[in-house]
Amino acid sequence: MTDASSSPRTSDATPERPPLLEMRGITKRYPGVVANDDISLDVRPGEIHALLGENGAGKSTLMNILYGLAVPDEGEILLNGTPIEIDGPNDAIRRGISMVHQHFMLVPVLTVAENILLGDEPMANPIFLDRGAAHARIRELSSFFGFEVDPDAKVESLSVGWQQRVEILKALYRQADILVLDEPTAVLTPQETREIFTVLRRLTSELGTSIIFISHKLYEVLDIADRITVIRRGRVVGQRVPAETDEDDLAELMVGREVQLTVDRGESHPADVALRVEGLHVRDDRGREVVHDVGFEVRAGEIVGIAGVAGNGQDELVEALLGLRPVAGGTVTLNGAHITGASPRELHRRGIGFVPADRHRYGLVLSFPLTDNLSLNDYYHAPFARGLVRNEAEIRSYAERLVGEYDVRTPSVTVDAQTLSGGNQQKLVVAREFDGDLTLLVLDQPTRGLDVGSIEFIHRQAIAKRDAGVAVLRVSAELDEVLELSDRIGVMYRGRLVQVLDARATDREEVGLLMATGGRDTEPPIEAPTAVS
Amino acid sequence: MIELLYDIPILGFLFQFVGYLIEVLPIIAPTIIGAATPIALGAMCGFMNERSGVVNIGIEGMMLTAAFVAWWVASLTAQVLPGDPIGPMGMSPALLVGLVAAIAAAMLVSLVHAWLSITVRADQIISGVIINIFAVGITGYLNLLISRSAPPSAGQFRAWDAPAFLADIPVVGWLFDALLSQGPIGLSLLVAVIVMQVLLFRSRWGLRTRAVGEHPEAAETVGIDVIALRYRNVILGGVFAGLAGAYLTIEFGNSFQGEMTNGRGFIALAALIFGRWTPLGSFGAALLFTASEGIQRAVRFGPPEGALGDFLSSVPSQFYSALPYLITIIILAGVVGRSIAPAADGRPYSREKREKRAKASA
Repeated sequence: MTDASSSPRTSDATPERPPLLEMRGITKRYPGVVANDDISLDVRPGEIHALLGENGAGKSTLMNILYGLAVPDEGEILLNGTPIEIDGPNDAIRRGISMVHQHFMLVPVLTVAENILLGDEPMANPIFLDRGAAHARIRELSSFFGFEVDPDAKVESLSVGWQQRVEILKALYRQADILVLDEPTAVLTPQETREIFTVLRRLTSELGTSIIFISHKLYEVLDIADRITVIRRGRVVGQRVPAETDEDDLAELMVGREVQLTVDRGESHPADVALRVEGLHVRDDRGREVVHDVGFEVRAGEIVGIAGVAGNGQDELVEALLGLRPVAGGTVTLNGAHITGASPRELHRRGIGFVPADRHRYGLVLSFPLTDNLSLNDYYHAPFARGLVRNEAEIRSYAERLVGEYDVRTPSVTVDAQTLSGGNQQKLVVAREFDGDLTLLVLDQPTRGLDVGSIEFIHRQAIAKRDAGVAVLRVSAELDEVLELSDRIGVMYRGRLVQVLDARATDREEVGLLMATGGRDTEPPIEAPTAVS
Repeated sequence: MIELLYDIPILGFLFQFVGYLIEVLPIIAPTIIGAATPIALGAMCGFMNERSGVVNIGIEGMMLTAAFVAWWVASLTAQVLPGDPIGPMGMSPALLVGLVAAIAAAMLVSLVHAWLSITVRADQIISGVIINIFAVGITGYLNLLISRSAPPSAGQFRAWDAPAFLADIPVVGWLFDALLSQGPIGLSLLVAVIVMQVLLFRSRWGLRTRAVGEHPEAAETVGIDVIALRYRNVILGGVFAGLAGAYLTIEFGNSFQGEMTNGRGFIALAALIFGRWTPLGSFGAALLFTASEGIQRAVRFGPPEGALGDFLSSVPSQFYSALPYLITIIILAGVVGRSIAPAADGRPYSREKREKRAKASA
């Protein structure tokens, strides 16, 4: 799985060396939530210490405390054995603690050099900057890590992977002894992740920098860390060394019970056809036809997966089915009734639930409270409305029931949706769309960006719906996910549904090949058209 | 040769006009610069505000307040202190005291704007509107009270005699002459435009200001005090609004009338946008906006010969007076979409938001 056991780093960080940084008994309470509950953590010189936990477990709070952005209610922080109080980011930087935030803290219109030296500018005299010295320093730092970055390039012109490097350079420029990386790989491709890992290893081995690596991705943590501390619901629940653990063990620690990384989906019992799509044509925003003559059916009680590399027409297909995009040709029926081109509200009334791929843009109104988000589909009729007036009591009790049933972790149902973590936001969408009598459930990348606990939860819910006789249509670009959950798999390639496979009779290779080539072995694999929007 | 161009039908008209402009430019340049000075100074005030992320549409009100205070305080002082100049450019004690008072008044109004926009996190547009309305009311009322006693004017600053050797430089000498033959406020604008332009892109202050105006959260995480920097810049911006107001009543003119800023504070905002939020650009934009006033003057006193002259003379003078506003509207309609404001302009910054976000991921 990983090469952690063969890595020499594990022996480097000898346990005898005194910790560089110690956090003891840190407790931080927010109204209604204990974000950190007596957390202790120690970091040795030159080690990569991973902080593993689900979304909302309290990792970021702990690091904000370390960086002086939040003040702990209890506990102390020791640096080189001396208790310190960190008074704001400036103080943290002065003490050699730097942080790379999950959302990059770079000013897009400024240059690489300006971003790096901001706040700690080399001065030629009391007024003017010494740009020459800054550039030389930046070139020196970047070449040490084997990459050349142009100090005069505007940050907005860089790819995300390069922006990540600029963030790391920014920390190194401040001569950080301790570098905190908050979910650094969340936005990176696998290649970029590997390159960043190389940089991090050089940092620890050659400069002796200590790194706190925050993540919820198990395989990454196993790959990069010397030690792993697992946090669950604000508490430390265990500490591991990669050589002595594996993904199952870590997942269990993280979630608090044994996690099935692959959900047992059981036999499906398909009944009558619920959704039938015939000869569907759809155009994209620029008027090009991107879905050609697609036809398939989904029976009640089965899960049909649509697999395809992003940009092969799945997005437009889903939008057309959900009434979000006009249908250029063909018919869609639900239990025999025509629903081609019906409005989203009409479709909801007919029992279609929809979990969109982008929960921020289409799934939630982030600045609305949970109550309003949960009643978004049905706010206009009884029991949520009495004539023109909202029935607040009913909306609230409904929201409270759903939040409980779907395990949405929130201080109350009246907070705004944007205050929830990603996993809880998605549970909110799932709660709204899964509740009630459904005929068809459309899930568009429902687990994108979620941690294992939330993924498992959503998978279980989807299977429960299937077993209750709901037809489930599931779209995903991730091959493993489609294979895991589906009873049948349709592969889309360049706007056509090239084949529908029985999930039990196929394997990754077959589906992967279909996704990449469309099944015409004679043709070489063609890059999928990326310009969709 | 040029006569040939002029003879082309219709198009020749345009050539004649351009030729006329080139001919009269040295003569009308002082008029244009004089009209542009308060607008450019107002734009400098806006620049200080908006580059650090605070929208200020109250420049008009700040200028009006400063104009009144400069005139009134100078007038009061003139009744106590001797009126003789103690320095060059007609710097009498009364005028200097008036100037300082005007700057102080505009800084005070800026402080109110800073407090409302930064600390209270009120809507910055509304804060600006309040300042504008309040300034019209208070200066109008006080002016009414004071003018009954008909206070003596303290006079006005005089233009500097630019060294003759500069004016004698061939081809561009007239430009130096026009730019430098100004009173102390006009000259300070020239200095300020150049200094602030350099500081914005070369100094620590400039870098931090740009960062705070674009992405205050990023600035905060590298240890920059966003709130303090915004306060400082907004209040210092008041200095320029103060100079702009004082220019109207103790340098360009020597009296105060109600609402005499006449929309200059808003044209200043337009110049700021057209100048892409840079001092040099705003100054250029201000000159462009006010060029028509110079043309009006030239046409009145020395219209070109022939049909063009008849045409220009027959245009009512009100049209020329309206031209700066028309030019502003036309240019902004074409430019506003492409000129990109600082990203955090008008967005209040709060540390609680950070805490909230921390809670979200807790």
